[in-house]
Amino acid sequence: MLELINLHKTFAPGTVNAHVALDGVSLHLAPGEFATVIGSNGAGKSTLFNAICGSFLCDRGRIRLGGQDITFLPEHKRALQIGRVFQDPMKGTAPGMTIEENMALAYTRSHSGPFSMALSRKKYNLFRDALARYDMGLEDRMKTRVGLLSGGQRQVVTLLMCTLVTPKLLLLDEHTAALDPATAERVMALTNQIVSENAITTLMITHNIRSALTTGTRTIMMDMGKIILDVSGEERARMSLDSLMKLYSEKKREELDNDRMLFG
Amino acid sequence: MALYIVAFQEGFLYGILALGIYLSLRILNLPDLTTEGSFGFGASIAAMAASAGHPVLSLPLALLAGALAGMATGLLQTKLKIHPVLSGIITMNALYTINLMAMGTTNLSIGSSNSLFRMLYAGFELDAFGKKVAGAVAGAVLAIAVLLLMILFFKTHLGMCIRATGDNPDMVRASSINANRMKLAGLCISNALVALSGALIVHYSGYADINASSGTLVYGLAAVIIGETLFGRSGPTRGLISAIVGSVIYKLIVTLVVDLNLFGANSANMMKLMCAVIVAVTLAIPAVKQYRQKSRIMKEARRDA
Repeated sequence: MLELINLHKTFAPGTVNAHVALDGVSLHLAPGEFATVIGSNGAGKSTLFNAICGSFLCDRGRIRLGGQDITFLPEHKRALQIGRVFQDPMKGTAPGMTIEENMALAYTRSHSGPFSMALSRKKYNLFRDALARYDMGLEDRMKTRVGLLSGGQRQVVTLLMCTLVTPKLLLLDEHTAALDPATAERVMALTNQIVSENAITTLMITHNIRSALTTGTRTIMMDMGKIILDVSGEERARMSLDSLMKLYSEKKREELDNDRMLFG
Repeated sequence: MALYIVAFQEGFLYGILALGIYLSLRILNLPDLTTEGSFGFGASIAAMAASAGHPVLSLPLALLAGALAGMATGLLQTKLKIHPVLSGIITMNALYTINLMAMGTTNLSIGSSNSLFRMLYAGFELDAFGKKVAGAVAGAVLAIAVLLLMILFFKTHLGMCIRATGDNPDMVRASSINANRMKLAGLCISNALVALSGALIVHYSGYADINASSGTLVYGLAAVIIGETLFGRSGPTRGLISAIVGSVIYKLIVTLVVDLNLFGANSANMMKLMCAVIVAVTLAIPAVKQYRQKSRIMKEARRDA
């Protein structure tokens, strides 16, 4: 479904601030595959998501989605096929608009012309049913402005908006990190439900190593703009929290050593 | 009495300008300074068309002119990435010269036979008072027609996308909405409304003056803010209605001041200062409320201690 071929990106090239953010990333995700991405801050995880979404063009490499080459496709055109949930609950919804209007916005983008009415009885029922399935009490607050909802509720609305029309790819950028533990667990369970029900190809960034191993079908570790570990199936099932932690911290130590060499 | 009926007519005609300002300021969340230019652009184009014997055609032409002005500002902002405020100022300045060149004079009279309002009065053979009432009714009908169209527009998919663009740029950037195109569309519609208002004022007054558009931006702001103070800030439907109501109320206040001769013979010339004071005071209300609340809490805390 998603194919990344040798992606390179350097920010501010040719200056003292030059920063290699992606250093030859190649990745192939099969349809319906759910991969978690871990790595320390600055490893290039979010940059990778931005590259896939088209926030910037890569210096080298190709991006294919569902067989289509999207390397040079503008951001908003890619967004038709890519759903994205950010860490910040404020980013995914329009606070001044109601739940119903937000969902209509996400729904109509692929279903109607610019001058068709955005809201209707039929859509209202459709959205209501979609919300009711996740048992958050949101179906009774369709006319509530999203700005009045809690962070967790907003994340759920965002998640539903992204998946109302099944996307070819779902990108979750630490989407539970800003929530309290109980809500985070709730949203995570919902995520699993939605992804598996619709068999959505998904990439999820997380700092929670436990959920990196237990969620989805594959785990990818990034460091210094490279993919340094990619486990799935048997190998992943056998991998314990400890062994992954060890790998993670070993990588970090290496980084520290490098820094020491630099400053020493 | 007649003075206040005229205030209603002016309030409604300028209300269409307030709708345009509400759209750019509140819905798109973009401070658009093109206003004074597009108001004058609409006025001068309408005056030229009307004085050439096309009074009805003058209105769609003005709409088109305003949309073009909005598009110029929008393209400067989105394609050339110039700061929104500067883009507006650039277009506004360019339009001043263009209006002057288009009219060929600083003041162009359209002749009483070419004014839509005067044609209406003549059609019904009204007396002086009847004319004023008819003018107020015609103004209300026009403003409410435009208002209804705008309310309907913001319920369509395109209208919803424009609202989202102003409401959360982050979300729109990550969605399939082309934010730049939405800004462009919003600015075109906003300035088209402003220009229509300018054209209607030409038909109302019978002439286009190069300086008539100065102060329209602050006027529109005042109308929007007065409306919001009364109705509160909420969705676009109530917001659009409140902009027109705000415009009428503002005109009534100004008329009252002139009528009572509050500032002596000079009252009519005090308008801009008054307008500025009204805008500043209304904008300051939330902050003043906050200060008062804070001092009340502190007083109570001291009493409890």
